[in-house]
Amino acid sequence: MNDMTSLLPPYARALDMTIVDELDNAPVIGMPFADRVQGRPGFLHGGAISGLLEIAAIAAIHRALRAKGSDSAIKQVNVTVDFMRGGVNQMTYAVGEVTRLGRTMANVEARAWQEDRDKPIAMGYMHYLIRAKPTA
Amino acid sequence: MAFGKPDLGSIVPKGASFDPALVNKLMGKFGHGGFLDMEYVGHGADWVELAIDWREDLVADPDTGILASAVIISLMDNATSMSIWTKLGEFRPQVTMDLRIDYLRPSPSGERVYGRGICYHLTNSIGFVRGFAHNGNPDEPLAHASGTFIRIGDRVS
Repeated sequence: MNDMTSLLPPYARALDMTIVDELDNAPVIGMPFADRVQGRPGFLHGGAISGLLEIAAIAAIHRALRAKGSDSAIKQVNVTVDFMRGGVNQMTYAVGEVTRLGRTMANVEARAWQEDRDKPIAMGYMHYLIRAKPTA
Repeated sequence: MAFGKPDLGSIVPKGASFDPALVNKLMGKFGHGGFLDMEYVGHGADWVELAIDWREDLVADPDTGILASAVIISLMDNATSMSIWTKLGEFRPQVTMDLRIDYLRPSPSGERVYGRGICYHLTNSIGFVRGFAHNGNPDEPLAHASGTFIRIGDRVS
């Protein structure tokens, strides 16, 4: 576990997610297979895959905001998840891509895969409101 | 098969009508449903309601205690999935094609979250679902969900 991983939210740490790599200036999040992320026997639960996508999306947008020198907070408006393949008993990875970062909102796409990044098991599409941090 | 957990298809007897309370005892005890400790609340002809208690380790933001969005997704995924079997009257293997959640507001710290899944249409292979999440008063939803499931393979034999 590196320093960045300790910054992941409790939900991510409960599912053993870690930052495993960097891709196009966004953290790659890894999640090991375990009973607690299993749906039907032998396969990942869609909700756990969605959780991985969301952590990757949030990590990507935080990175993009910091890169702009912004300390704004984000608020999620919605999420759509497409499930493409069953997730099997192996490590799953996800990375987010901020497709647009405006002053009031951000569009983020996240991709989850196992062995081959070109064969995603799920994609997530998220909208976030950008909110200036209230001054203390 | 990993972890040797029960396969729903082998547990629900052929020809028996689908019982969401019984099935949630299995889905809500093992795997991700067990981790989230999903509980059966109630059902009707085409809907199933489940609930998850707030827990510190399900939180997205430790400063506010707001539940992770994916907890709501998991809840709505299970509730809508079970609403299809309830409307069908039997268990049939199926997978989620897509699921959308719109957040009207966050689920506050300490609050139990309920998810009601409704199957509003069935075709030969697709189940069309919608639903909503709330904190105890269905008239004050915190999120709306919509999605589709595809049934895979044939009837459980």
